[in-house]
Amino acid sequence: MSTETKATRHLHLEMMTRIEGEGGISIELENGALKNVTLDIFEPPRLFEAFLRGRSIDELPDIVARICGICPVAHQLTAAQAVEDALGITLSPDIRALRQLLYFGEWIQSHVLHIFFLQLPDLLGCPDALVVARDHPLKVQEALRMKKIGNHIMETVGGRAIHPVNVCVGGFYRAPSASVVKALRDDVAWLLEASLQTVPFLASLPLPKLEREVEFVSLSRPDEYAILDGSLSVGSARNLKVKDFERSFVERHVAHSNALRTECVGEDKSFFVGPLARLNFNRAQLLPKAQSAMAASGISWPSANPYAGVLARAIELVHSCEGALACIDSYQEPNPCRMPFKLKAGDGHGASEAPRGTLYHNYRINDRGLIEFARIVPPTAQNLRRMEDDLRLLIPGVIDRPDAEILAECEKVMRCYDPCVSCSVHAIRIKRTP
Amino acid sequence: MATQAKPRLGVFKFASCDGCQLSLLDLEDELLAIAGEIEIAFFPEASSSCLKGPYDIALVEGSIITAADVARIQDVRKDSKYLIAIGACSTTGGIQALRNWADIDEYVRAVYASPEFIKTLKDSTPIASHVKVDFAINGCPINKQQLLEVVVALCIGRPPALPQYSLCMECKRHGNVCVLVAEGTPCLGPVTQAGCGAICPASARGCFGCFGPMESANPDELVAGLLSRGIERGTIQRLLRGFTGNSDVFRAAGDKLEATRS
Repeated sequence: MSTETKATRHLHLEMMTRIEGEGGISIELENGALKNVTLDIFEPPRLFEAFLRGRSIDELPDIVARICGICPVAHQLTAAQAVEDALGITLSPDIRALRQLLYFGEWIQSHVLHIFFLQLPDLLGCPDALVVARDHPLKVQEALRMKKIGNHIMETVGGRAIHPVNVCVGGFYRAPSASVVKALRDDVAWLLEASLQTVPFLASLPLPKLEREVEFVSLSRPDEYAILDGSLSVGSARNLKVKDFERSFVERHVAHSNALRTECVGEDKSFFVGPLARLNFNRAQLLPKAQSAMAASGISWPSANPYAGVLARAIELVHSCEGALACIDSYQEPNPCRMPFKLKAGDGHGASEAPRGTLYHNYRINDRGLIEFARIVPPTAQNLRRMEDDLRLLIPGVIDRPDAEILAECEKVMRCYDPCVSCSVHAIRIKRTP
Repeated sequence: MATQAKPRLGVFKFASCDGCQLSLLDLEDELLAIAGEIEIAFFPEASSSCLKGPYDIALVEGSIITAADVARIQDVRKDSKYLIAIGACSTTGGIQALRNWADIDEYVRAVYASPEFIKTLKDSTPIASHVKVDFAINGCPINKQQLLEVVVALCIGRPPALPQYSLCMECKRHGNVCVLVAEGTPCLGPVTQAGCGAICPASARGCFGCFGPMESANPDELVAGLLSRGIERGTIQRLLRGFTGNSDVFRAAGDKLEATRS
């Protein structure tokens, strides 16, 4: 044992599973203690911000959708918002409500996918949802139906669930008829009930705990639970303007981790975005049934326990169903469905709450509506440093366990962030030399 | 049948958005039945149980843009009986193939603060540029019903039946008003393979070619028609250089248009 404890030992997980995209974990132990841990992002660089230059604002929502197949709407609506900011377009309330409905559809399918298919297997000690289905067939069938309804909302409003085609700068190409939107009602009402049962089901499962002090970041609004837009809440600071995003955060390209990561300017502290951050800031703005679900969740707020993220998602799922139902009930076809505007040169900023956290886009366009500059900061890029910091906290507590178990515990805490590695357009391929 | 081993399926990701493999999980009504008939042996996005090959069917998403992936796709090919390319990235190089017309070093510098850390290839290439592809499912994203058709057909040993005709046929069947004829909106429908359900014309906008060129497409004729309607060259060029812009047919048409610019 003594020779082993003095040796330097490397643990390596080539590919994390049940996360979106490709990433691994490398751990270095020395004298039985943690020396270093890194999250390896080996998603190939697709260079969206480079090839967006010279493309038209009409193509922008379609192109940015392809950053991520799980949250295309987040990218479409954030990009549209940024260009609308540059052109001085204000959406009519009816267009805004239709965008909310589309975004709720995406939140529903993404949250259901994460809760039941990516995270629940960990809570039940299974490798995947198909194995979960052996003991809980009805639960998995119900989850599939829930996911399908989220997708159906996106198809109804956006024309397609993955990479919808109906979003444009200024609004929508075509407003769905009132009859097809109202036809969603029964399914969404069922979905709301199913989501209300999801919270106590998850709360009945034992959740691990990881104590840490962290800062949170999310959008906030006084009048609604911020998803489409809002001002930035950063730690104890409130009401920061979205256009100042890049003054509040800096993106670093650090050699030791080989991934761009976002950090608060002037503070050597990691922060995180996502459902837990949003509930910590904005829980007073949740709709009534989500409020009661939150009360029944057994979590005391604010919570900094990453493992509570799955419950935070379930509470947000209730909110999304409730919100979608309200949008359906009050729906009237926006007329016009696209705000009129004149092209002009300008710079615009947009931010929204993607299912995984705050998403920021910035564009400079010329007077012909062509993009000259693009910057995209996805939620997972913002969470990368916090995710590594969590591994540093976690590993000493499991260090005496077999290698495979150490790595499995690391992977579980990473899944709590629902990382979206394809989204991290800045993420790069690395070649690690031990 | 009960005594036969189930066909083994693997799902592999290269440079892509994940949307095409998500289509498998989006088969909500069929997923549990599929899992009953097929062993999903390797699907890291959905399962932590990652079993080694050989696989009867490999679904390959994404294009090749790194040297490591040039090697990895060879391994996937060796391990697989049928290799199916799913989606525009794997069949044409995808939207990231826009780099193929650009200076890759300038592109990397435009995105990354420390470009020296980045290792990527100059071009984004489809899977068929590297290994034999047994069947291709087009689309950005693919149509999940087409995915189901191909997987079922391979399992029962018949050729998959996917439409080879143009989007216009599908569009007419849906009863859409032609956006090109009625509104003069640029539309790639006449040269694009059907399969999406003509959702763009249904949303009162032109097709931008997600499903790639149809069989025997004649894009030059379409380009001439669009030009004669007064549509700007730049607009047509960008339309051709989109999600399937690196397909042989659309690339040739776009390059020809560029070369004839006066």
